[in-house]
Amino acid sequence: MSRVVTLKINGQDVSGREDETVLQVARENGIEIPTLCHLEGLSNVGACRLCLVEVKGVSRLLPACVTRVSEGMEVTTHSERLERYRRMIVELLFSEGNHVCSVCVSNGHCELQDTAIQLRLDHIGMPYRFPVRQVDASHSRYGLDPNRCILCTRCVRVCDEIEGAHTWDIMGRGINSQLITDMHTPWGESETCTSCGKCVQICPTGALFIKGKSVAEMTKRPDFLPYLAMMRNRKNGS
Amino acid sequence: MSREITINPVTRIEGHGKITIYLADDGSVADAKFHVTQLRGFEKFAEGRPFHEMPSLMARICGICPVSHLIASAKACDALLGVRIPPTAAALRRVMNLAQIAQSHALSFFYLSAPDLLLGMDSDPSQRNLFGMLAANPQLARDGVTLRQTGQQIIEILGGKRIHPGWLVPGGVSEPLSAEKRDRILAMLPNAIAITQQAIHWFKSILPRFSEEISVFANFPTLHMGLVDRRGNLETYDGYLRIVDADGNVVEDRMTPEDYLDLIEEAVEPHSFLKSPYYKPRGYTDGMLRVGPLSRLLVADQISTPLANAELQAFRQIPERQSSFYYHLARLIEMLYAWEEIQRVLKTSDILSEHVRAYAEPNAFEGVGISEAPRGTLMHHYKIDKNGLITYVNLVIATGHNNLAMNAGVKQVAQRFVHGDRLSEGMLNRVEAVIRTFDPCLSCSTHAIGQMPLHIQLVAPNGEVLDEIAR
Repeated sequence: MSRVVTLKINGQDVSGREDETVLQVARENGIEIPTLCHLEGLSNVGACRLCLVEVKGVSRLLPACVTRVSEGMEVTTHSERLERYRRMIVELLFSEGNHVCSVCVSNGHCELQDTAIQLRLDHIGMPYRFPVRQVDASHSRYGLDPNRCILCTRCVRVCDEIEGAHTWDIMGRGINSQLITDMHTPWGESETCTSCGKCVQICPTGALFIKGKSVAEMTKRPDFLPYLAMMRNRKNGS
Repeated sequence: MSREITINPVTRIEGHGKITIYLADDGSVADAKFHVTQLRGFEKFAEGRPFHEMPSLMARICGICPVSHLIASAKACDALLGVRIPPTAAALRRVMNLAQIAQSHALSFFYLSAPDLLLGMDSDPSQRNLFGMLAANPQLARDGVTLRQTGQQIIEILGGKRIHPGWLVPGGVSEPLSAEKRDRILAMLPNAIAITQQAIHWFKSILPRFSEEISVFANFPTLHMGLVDRRGNLETYDGYLRIVDADGNVVEDRMTPEDYLDLIEEAVEPHSFLKSPYYKPRGYTDGMLRVGPLSRLLVADQISTPLANAELQAFRQIPERQSSFYYHLARLIEMLYAWEEIQRVLKTSDILSEHVRAYAEPNAFEGVGISEAPRGTLMHHYKIDKNGLITYVNLVIATGHNNLAMNAGVKQVAQRFVHGDRLSEGMLNRVEAVIRTFDPCLSCSTHAIGQMPLHIQLVAPNGEVLDEIAR
């Protein structure tokens, strides 16, 4: 049984189990911290850095999704500095890929777009890179548009941790990182993909989509995930 | 010594262009050219995109006629799917296309050209705009706003928004029409019809003032192209391509979208980013075509709605109906047809059917979609790979079809009104006004960002720019 610890988030006294993260305890207490790579039911990787928070006594910023709570901790989730950094992160995401909301299948149903609106991002201050990336439409039912991929790795994790197929992976490093299926073969030729579609449903943007959808028609339903994870834990007796 | 006049930019048109007038040694006009100075690149950057995105992607070609591109694109995608879309979907698309044509015609006639018509070609340019009109004839200006608003509101009611609605999709439309929406549209139409009739009456009353313009505003024989239905009536959404010559003889008839490459070839001229399509069998430039409201009225036998048909029959009696000046009248008659036809279609029994979309995998690797945009026949031609990604796009835009005729029209007007080395504002305005009769959309036709400003240059034979007026 985990110990209960007490801490302050934004000056508010809160308590949580010591094996919980700052993000979990904040959300349990109705304190919203923006995230993109985090998804309840999957492991956390701290990739997007949107959930960075200030912790008293720690000079650097810590990602709330992978930082455990501790006794006496004092956390600030919203400050002028954090807002600035969060906006910059989203700006960098927009400038890095080719995100054209107006003609995207996920327009109006996109977590990246929602986050930008939530952070009051009204322009991109840095030059766009306009990378040349090919759409993979070789799968009979689904498509991958890497122009819209933010490398959150949710698809990689859901495929590995929930479906057990591990079709998706990230190839390359840094700015050259890209999402691949199997050993960088076209998705439609993948021997491991079960076509379950979980990756499509949990993708935060229009990078993974159902073929045949027109602009703004791609709504995602990621809600299955926490239940699936819960039932699996119950079956395993944990 | 010969010289060159440049009008840059051309004002009150959609997009960015300029006009160059070349003078001969004696000061008369030797030649004139209309240059489109913007490049878009839609045909290229659409390559590699899933074809289901094409209607919305292509709609971004233009904020004035997004619906026209949506329609032609959706039809090309229907061809890729290999489906016949549900009749109600076709009827709803037809209504939206008519609303688009009407709102664009209202913009062209009332906002862009009526200042010349109401205040005169030589009137003070600082007043020759919508605000000058509001001062001189507020009712006319208000009527223009009302008509445009009606068209835009119909588009918004159907598609959720006025510009770039996402409602037109491959296979049909994304949502059926509700009775409440239908009734809202129907309630607007009687007023729109009455205002359009008044505008036709007003335009006919001022025609005698423009006899000189009528005689030289691109008044020459050309071929005319447009869609007609199975009975040869005016058609804007579906139907067959028909081409008639200046005497009204049918040159091509019952041609389908797939036949367009047999009919149309595109020439590229060094002075413009706008291609010059022409009627292939007659060659370049004898195959000079006109399209748009004037041409549609010249190719159609009749109009299926009574009020517009009566106007068409009266129009047929006009001896100089080949003059592009009559594009204005044709625009008004088509607006009348649009309101009447919307009324008819919305009153059909199955317009509220919920079966408005056909679903299919891509069944053809190539598809052509043709519809009538406000400015004329619009062609979208796509090819896809086995995964449904676009490999080839060819767009033949209405304004392009008119390019050769616009150039010839600019020359005709310049030769009549421009003399010597002195430029008068009224002369320049007439050169621009002939372009405006065609209501060109340069943004569309070059697949620019920005406004439509005009630049006229007077150029000597040695290339020296003698005089220049820019706005």
